[in-house]
Amino acid sequence: MHSRYLLPALAASAWLAGATWVEAETAIDVTIKDHRFTPSEIHVPAGKPAVLNIKNEDATAEEFDSSALKIEKVIAGGKQGTVRLRPLDAGRYPFMGEYHAGTAQGVVVAE
Amino acid sequence: MLATLLIVFREVIEAGLIVGIVLAATKGVPRRGLFVSYGIAGGVAGACLVAAFASEIGDLFEGSGQELFNAAILLIAVGMLTWHNVWMASHGRAIAQEMRQVGQAVASGQEPLAALAIVCGVAVLREGSEVVLFLYGIAASGGTSGLGMLAGGVLGLLAGAGVSALMYLGLLTVPARYLFSFTSGLITLLAEGLAAQAAAFLQQAGYIEALTSTVWDTSWLLSDDSVLGRLLHTLIGYTDRPSGAQLVAYLLTVAIIVGLMRLQRSHGAGAARLKPVPAEPASTI
Repeated sequence: MHSRYLLPALAASAWLAGATWVEAETAIDVTIKDHRFTPSEIHVPAGKPAVLNIKNEDATAEEFDSSALKIEKVIAGGKQGTVRLRPLDAGRYPFMGEYHAGTAQGVVVAE
Repeated sequence: MLATLLIVFREVIEAGLIVGIVLAATKGVPRRGLFVSYGIAGGVAGACLVAAFASEIGDLFEGSGQELFNAAILLIAVGMLTWHNVWMASHGRAIAQEMRQVGQAVASGQEPLAALAIVCGVAVLREGSEVVLFLYGIAASGGTSGLGMLAGGVLGLLAGAGVSALMYLGLLTVPARYLFSFTSGLITLLAEGLAAQAAAFLQQAGYIEALTSTVWDTSWLLSDDSVLGRLLHTLIGYTDRPSGAQLVAYLLTVAIIVGLMRLQRSHGAGAARLKPVPAEPASTI
């Protein structure tokens, strides 16, 4: 392929991939700041997979931990982490930041 | 400070129980202390490295590096524990007869001590990297509360090591002739639990898409977050909301380990019959 067409082709395929991604999974942005989650209550559709894009704006690492969701994920300070949620039955699934459990608390609500 | 103590205690105990079982399983084996020490030292060094490169590891495989890394080291541990049990099965007869023979077998380089050193290493590596990240975060935030929390961390470490030592000493009270079958059983349960954890990480990373739904929910009876739940999680792989894939991983590991041990045992018995045993009078057979 001529290099002149390469960039638009890549952009188009990235857009297509992005489009199917959005269709398949609900993506929700979550921020950690001052050892708190925003939003701390996350709503996802029941019975469908979802993705949490968690951005840690604190300088130190945090571990997104939930035995209800079966997730343990360390997100380094200043970094972003992706957490995939399996299709959930309707209900409330608490999670916490294990390193700062005093403040970093939240819940995923599947409905 | 108490919160810090509890977090560190929890992580240390998970690694400590595994080390305790490995030590009990190798009772009377020369140089096992050395190997286990190497394993722990390697695990601590590895934990610091993993903590230092946490974000780099996390960025691999489209953000699933951490999950795949965890699954990989868990599966390495499962492999090494399986190897140990299979080796023990083939030498079980000699071990039941006389402990010293185990020592001889080890001296001749048959016992996979290195395998168990690796098990200790990866156990310490996995739990340790979380402790390092956590304590580093505290140290980085500084202040007097930071100092108190660091003290909590040290106390948690000591308490975790203490409980692990108690479990090891408890295991040693099992009569010697049952000790190895007992520790083999414990190691099988340990391996199953680790395999199920690995399956959970692969699901978290999106690499296992089938059987993601929860099979049962016993969180009302015994939560994973409780101390007992956490202990049983490490020891037998208990989890309050297992997914189908976790159950499959668990059962598959049982089948593989028990199957290989049976195979090795019958193979070992056949080999023993073929071997001439001049020291033993025919009347005792």
